[in-house]
Amino acid sequence: MTVYFLCAVLLMIGLYCLVAKKNIVKKIIGIVIMEYAVNLYLITIGYKKGGVAPIIDKTTNAELLERFVDPLPQALVLTSIVIGLGVLALMVSMVIRLYEKHGTFDMSQISKLRG
Amino acid sequence: MNPVPLYVAIPLGAAFLIPVLGMWWKKSGEALATLSTLLLAVMAILAVGTPAMVHHMGGWTAPLGIALVSDGLTVLLLITINVIAFLCTVFSLKYMTAYTGLPKYYSLFMLMVAGMNGVVVSGDLFNLFVFLEIASVASYALVAFGVEADELEAGFKYMILGSVASVMILFAVGTVYAVTGTLNMADAAREISTRFGGAEMNPALLLAAAFFLMGFGLKAALVPFHAWLPDAHPSAPAPISAMLSGVVIKSLGVYAMCRVMFHVFGFASSSPSSVIIANAMITLSVLSIVVGGLMAIGQWDFKRLLAYSSIGQIGYVTLGLGVGARVLATGGTRSLAALAILGGLFHLINHAAFKSLLFLSSGAIQHATGTRDMKMLSGLGKRMPITAATTNLAALSISGVPPFSGFWSKLIIIVATIKAGHPAVAAVAIAMAFVTLAYYVKVQREIIFGPVRGRAESAKEVSAAMYVPLIILAIVCVGFGLLYPVWGSRILEPARDAVLNSAEYVKLVLG
Repeated sequence: MTVYFLCAVLLMIGLYCLVAKKNIVKKIIGIVIMEYAVNLYLITIGYKKGGVAPIIDKTTNAELLERFVDPLPQALVLTSIVIGLGVLALMVSMVIRLYEKHGTFDMSQISKLRG
Repeated sequence: MNPVPLYVAIPLGAAFLIPVLGMWWKKSGEALATLSTLLLAVMAILAVGTPAMVHHMGGWTAPLGIALVSDGLTVLLLITINVIAFLCTVFSLKYMTAYTGLPKYYSLFMLMVAGMNGVVVSGDLFNLFVFLEIASVASYALVAFGVEADELEAGFKYMILGSVASVMILFAVGTVYAVTGTLNMADAAREISTRFGGAEMNPALLLAAAFFLMGFGLKAALVPFHAWLPDAHPSAPAPISAMLSGVVIKSLGVYAMCRVMFHVFGFASSSPSSVIIANAMITLSVLSIVVGGLMAIGQWDFKRLLAYSSIGQIGYVTLGLGVGARVLATGGTRSLAALAILGGLFHLINHAAFKSLLFLSSGAIQHATGTRDMKMLSGLGKRMPITAATTNLAALSISGVPPFSGFWSKLIIIVATIKAGHPAVAAVAIAMAFVTLAYYVKVQREIIFGPVRGRAESAKEVSAAMYVPLIILAIVCVGFGLLYPVWGSRILEPARDAVLNSAEYVKLVLG
C-alpha cells in the first residue's frame, strides 16, 4: 500500500513541476517524472516477494507456479518506456526550435496565443 | 479474410512507404496517401451492414491475445474517420503546396489515421493506449508542422497537455489491470459486472474511472481540460485542423470514453458508482457547452472561433451519452437511454461533417485572401461563391437550423434530456444552441455577406481540388438531415445498439 502511495506522491511531484515551473525544459522534466511514476506503479502491480521468472519447463511444479511473477506489467512498462522516449524526443526537438525562435526557455515570454 | 486488421495495416504501411519512396519519387506522399485513404474510406463504407466481427491477433484467442473488434459503434467511427481523412487528403493536394517536406506531412497524416483506426478497432485496453499515443504523437507534430513561432507554441502546449492525458490513461489502465487481472476489455467488463454488478464499485476502480474521464476528457477537450484546443486547432494547417476538430477529438476522446465507460465499467442499474460516473460526464458536458459557446462569441480569428465552437459541440455529444448513461444507471427505461445515445452519436457524425467542412472552408478562405482575421474580410460571397455557399450551409447546419442535420441531433439530445428529468440541463442546452446560432450569424454577416472590402477585394475562388471536398461535405451535411430514414437505420442504429448492449460485446469477443 505504501508503495502505491509513494507512486502517487511522485506523480504529484511531476504534476507540480509541470504546473509551477516556467522553464519549458523543467516542464518536460515534470512530464518525465510523471511517466516514471506511472511506470513504477505498473511494475509494483506485478511485484511478488521472492518471485521467479515465469518459464515453464520440466522442473515446474505447483510450488514454483505459485512463485511465478506476472510478466505482463513488465511488458507494458517496456512499451510505455519506448513510447515515452519517442514523445520525449519530439518534445526536446520542439523546445530547441522554440529556443531558436525566442532565445529563451521562459514559457511566459514565449506564450502569445491567448483569448 | 477478416478485414479488420487492414484498417491499421494499410495506413501504417503507407506511413512507412511514403518517406522511403519519397527519396526518389517527389509525389509519393500525394499518391500513396490519396490511394490508401480512398481504399480505407471504401472499405469502411462497405463494412456497413456486415455482422460484428472479431480478429484474434496471431491466433491467440480473446482473453490471452489482443482482439481487434468491429461492431456497430466501430463501423460508425471508421466511416467518419476514413471518409474525412480522404477528403482532407484531397484538399491537402493543393493547399499544402505552400509547405515544404511534404512526404513527411503525408507520412504523419497516415500515422495519425492508423492510430485513430487502431483506437477504434482495438479490444484491448493497453493496445488502445498504444494506438492513442501513435495518433497523438503524429498530431502533435502535425500541429507544429509550419514551424513558425505560433505553430511551435501551440504544438508544445498540445503536447504537454496530451502527455498528461496519456499518463492519466496509462495509470487508469494499470489500475483496471490490478483490479481485474486482465487487459481485454470484454474480459475486464465481465469481471467487473460479476464482482460489482449493481453494487458499489471498488474504490480503486472508481479512481481508474476518474483518471479515464480526465485523460479522455483532455483528449476530447472537455472543459476544464480544454486549454490546448483553441491554440492547437487554429495553428495547424487547415486539413489538419479539419482532422483534429472533425475526428481526432472524437475518436481519441469521445469514442474511447464511450467504449471504456459503457463497455468496461458498464452502467448497471441502481449502482451508486455508475451514477457518479454518469453525473461526472453530464457535468463536464454542460460546462463544455456553456464555456465553449460563450468563448466563441468574442473571437475575431475565424479558426479560433471554430475551435471554441468545437468545445461546445463536443459537449452536446457527451451530453447525449452522459444522459443515456445516467438513465441506464438509475434504472430508467432502455428506450429512453437509447434515444439519448442515438442523439449523441448522431451529433458526433454530424459534427464531424460540418466542422471539417468549416475548417476546410476557412483554409480555402485563408488560401485565397491570406488572412483569417474576420475584421479584414467582408463580402466573400461575391468573390468566392462556392466556398461561401458551403460555409453558409455548414454554419446553418451547426447552429441547428431546420431541416439541416444539426437541428435533428440537437433536438434528439434535448428531448432525451427533458424526458430523463433534467429540465435545467436541457434549458442550458437550448440557450447555448441559440448562442451557437448567434456566433455563426456573426460569421456570415462579417465575412460572407456585406460589401466587398479589405482582403476580399483581390480574392478569387479556389481551384477544383480544394472546392470539390467542400461540395462533397456540404452534400453530406444536407443528406444527413434529410435522408435520415435511408442511412440512420443502417449506420446509426447498429452503433446505438452496440453502445447499449454491453453484454453482447462481451459475448462477441469472448465467444
